[in-house]
Amino acid sequence: MKNTYTCIVCPMSCQITVEEEGEDLAVSGYTCKRGRKYAVNEHRSPKRMVTSTVRVENGILRRLPVVSNAEIPKSKMTECLKAVYAAAVSAPVKCGDIVISNICDTGVDIIASRDIDLFPESKKQ
Amino acid sequence: MAAALEAKKQGIQRVVLLERDFELGGILPQCIHDGFGLLSYGESMTGSGYAQKYIDEIKKTDIEVFLETMVLEIADDKKIYACNSTNGIIEIQCGAMILAMGCRERTAGQILLHGYRPQGIMTAGSVQRYINIEGYLPGKKAVILGSGDIGLIMARRMALEGIEVKGVYEVMPYPGGLTRNIVQCLQDYDIPLHLSHTVTRVHGKHSMEGVTVAELDGSGNPVGGTEKFIQCDLLVLAVGLIPENELSANAGIELDQKTKGPVLDEDYMTSIPGIFVAGNVSVVFDLVDYVSESGRIAANGAVKYLRGEIPGDLKYRNVNCGNDIGFVVPQRIKYCEGEKNVTFFMRVREPRKKVTLICDDPEHEILNKHYQAVVPPEMLACKARISGMGDITLRVEEGS
Repeated sequence: MKNTYTCIVCPMSCQITVEEEGEDLAVSGYTCKRGRKYAVNEHRSPKRMVTSTVRVENGILRRLPVVSNAEIPKSKMTECLKAVYAAAVSAPVKCGDIVISNICDTGVDIIASRDIDLFPESKKQ
Repeated sequence: MAAALEAKKQGIQRVVLLERDFELGGILPQCIHDGFGLLSYGESMTGSGYAQKYIDEIKKTDIEVFLETMVLEIADDKKIYACNSTNGIIEIQCGAMILAMGCRERTAGQILLHGYRPQGIMTAGSVQRYINIEGYLPGKKAVILGSGDIGLIMARRMALEGIEVKGVYEVMPYPGGLTRNIVQCLQDYDIPLHLSHTVTRVHGKHSMEGVTVAELDGSGNPVGGTEKFIQCDLLVLAVGLIPENELSANAGIELDQKTKGPVLDEDYMTSIPGIFVAGNVSVVFDLVDYVSESGRIAANGAVKYLRGEIPGDLKYRNVNCGNDIGFVVPQRIKYCEGEKNVTFFMRVREPRKKVTLICDDPEHEILNKHYQAVVPPEMLACKARISGMGDITLRVEEGS
């Protein structure tokens, strides 16, 4: 299998080609070591951060922004997002609170990325 | 917030923060994606998380915060008129003032978009607010015009929320956003990017029915026969940001046509002594770390001004844009004896590889820095030790 990746390490944006030769990888088109490493990672096990929002009850806002505390395998993105969309929390929420721990057995937690205060009783109609 | 905290840290007794929104943070709370704070904290935070850090710090101080408060006018002698629903009209006499109004998105009118104005034409920032803060989906099928970073981030965000993103159309022959975002926001989700293309017409009178796109020739005119109709109910505009300087202009502050922000010196002081600017109101920065840093620079300038350390009769050395430099801040530097450190922020006009950035004045070369590649979306920041007199020029030359 042969793939080309656009390197994102620096503005050079090298087009790096990775080709599988049995167990080994033939990498070409890179200018620096960091670029080679990036392309190999993208080929073997691409990973991404998860950022989205979950429903909040009784908060001053309706959505709580959340972020993963580490990258997850790209292949598990859809599954993880499903779990995020199914989640809901109740205000008050503190930035850093764990919303989902060990999401889809990735070992990664989904955490709140801001505070959301309780909607004040006095403002309810 | 960075400026207020720094002013407090430097021992200023009374610091007042006026904010139009119901909470602090400006645009950051709706930027839920990560990539913020890499330079200052060494970790990739979300925009909302970055703002939260500053909000928490502000809460620990006695900085007076006025929320849902609109500044109406900056009057003479550094007097501010503002209003809100609790205090009515507020008059504040400042010793020094730091403007931090941020920037605004360019709209359909500003890009001379043809056709009707049905519902469904929105700036990327509006879409971001609807989805991330309000929890609404503003459409089902979207076309994005402009490939700046906000447009790319919103392409991914919409794809994740189940909106079909039909493509990103960019007028220029190169992308407006960072490669990182092209890869992680478009390629990851198989969203096509069409360079040298634009939207030539919007269809639908009340609800959007679609848009016509066309390829552009070398001089930016649509090529006949390349028009294509795309069915969509949402046109997202990500066509650039402009520093928000209505208050500054009314106050008589001199603006720079290149940055669209005030003309600044190395303390981020404007043409009116005692009025400083911080963040995207001065120039549109690409990293939040630079925004916060500019706030700290402005605060230190304001502190110097309050202590009478900035002389009344100022002499300036101009900082000029040479070959391939689109703009530079600060635009001028106070003449002084001895040396001082200044960080210049600039953007190049065109993407180029293997170049040298040169900073010099008529007498010496101040700086000579090599770059493997420079691109317009990525701001160049370089520290220089300035001494002597005469105007300073920054330019980019081929080869390294």
